[in-house]
Amino acid sequence: MRLKNFAKALILTILTSPVFAASPSSDHSDSDHNKELHTEHHGEERAETAADRSEFIQHHLQDAHNFVVWDAMHWVIPMPVILIDDGLHMFSSARFGHHEHDTVESKGKHYKKHEGIVYRSDSSGKLIKTDGHHVKPLDLSITKNVMMIIITGLLMLLLFRSLGKSYAKNGGISKGVGRFMEPIVLYIRDEIAIPNIGEKKYRKYLPFLLTIFFFIWFLNLFGLTPLGVNVTGNIAVTAALAVLVFLLTNLTGTKDYWKHIFDPLGDAMPWIAKFWLYLILWPIEILGIFIKPFSLLIRLYANMLAGHTVLMSLIALMYVSATWSWLGDPLALILSFAISLIELLVALLQAYIFTMLAALYFGFASEEHEHHEEAHSH
Amino acid sequence: MSIPRIIGAGLIVIGVGVGIGRIGGSAMDAIARQPEATNKIQTAMLIAAALIEGIGFAALFATQEVVASTPE
Repeated sequence: MRLKNFAKALILTILTSPVFAASPSSDHSDSDHNKELHTEHHGEERAETAADRSEFIQHHLQDAHNFVVWDAMHWVIPMPVILIDDGLHMFSSARFGHHEHDTVESKGKHYKKHEGIVYRSDSSGKLIKTDGHHVKPLDLSITKNVMMIIITGLLMLLLFRSLGKSYAKNGGISKGVGRFMEPIVLYIRDEIAIPNIGEKKYRKYLPFLLTIFFFIWFLNLFGLTPLGVNVTGNIAVTAALAVLVFLLTNLTGTKDYWKHIFDPLGDAMPWIAKFWLYLILWPIEILGIFIKPFSLLIRLYANMLAGHTVLMSLIALMYVSATWSWLGDPLALILSFAISLIELLVALLQAYIFTMLAALYFGFASEEHEHHEEAHSH
Repeated sequence: MSIPRIIGAGLIVIGVGVGIGRIGGSAMDAIARQPEATNKIQTAMLIAAALIEGIGFAALFATQEVVASTPE
């Protein structure tokens, strides 16, 4: 029954896919603008070389200081740039200018952007060099990614708080969007948390697992919208998530968890024999503590980045050749549509895998000795 | 983009493909034999596939040139 509900939720998700698959159209306009921009600069009719295309893709995968809603219509939302450079500097990202070539003056210091990174410059816009290095102030700006994280956080807070309230009002019966969310929440509890962590301790970890699942899933889905956000494809974001899993695993680790790492043989061997084995085992086990969250980090990051790159590359098929556009345009449309559908599945699958593996690690951390036999028997 | 890097990436994809393919194939066999255990098999399959995928991606990153974007 539960599985049936989950299947229903999945089908509904897939049916909503045309909304997300619509992304190519706006990316098209983005790159139209990019082309326009290049023509402006080089004065050429068609400056779309392979290097230009790869630069265009790179640009879309990167974080940005302003939020471009629709580039062709110049719908750009400026966001605060916050720099720490001998004091706090705060100004709007619009001051870097539309093409981000302008020099910004703030409290007697000048700043200029180079490939998306803010550097200190002199008043003419030439980057300052000290000791052979360019001066890079500490950038704590509310960038596009930070904005999307805040929006997703608020969305989740509103959604799940109102869900909780409606449950309380209706005597534990879901209503509205809750009917969509309930099977997913139950699936995470019954198929991920309980089997991996165990009946006794899963409650402690369930809030974190649910939060991280919906956070990753929502951000993955936002990544498929025409807004062109790439939050989960940013290594800093996935690293932060992995650090949370690492801290939670090791700070809640039981005595048995640490015993498993540092003294797995126990009384089975005299210490003199164990010592030589442990010389090899300890480094491996200690590395293992770090490799587990590291693999979480790389997997999510690389999957989302690869997905976006493939999608953008397929869209860029339109610009490969003007004479072959009768072939390139439909091919780009069909292939990017198909890949969008796959990406929709990947968005859910990666959130699931991340949650699943986090639950698995929490299961290792919270294992008690009497659970040990049971865990190995199935 | 040098040729050795592309060949290396290709080799990694072959290795990962064989690995995940074998997991998928074995899971299919297992499900055909015991359809009632589908859920457990799928979970185990996904975990194993994810572990291989993680290593594969780490190796793919190692083949790529990391160019720091610094102004000239």
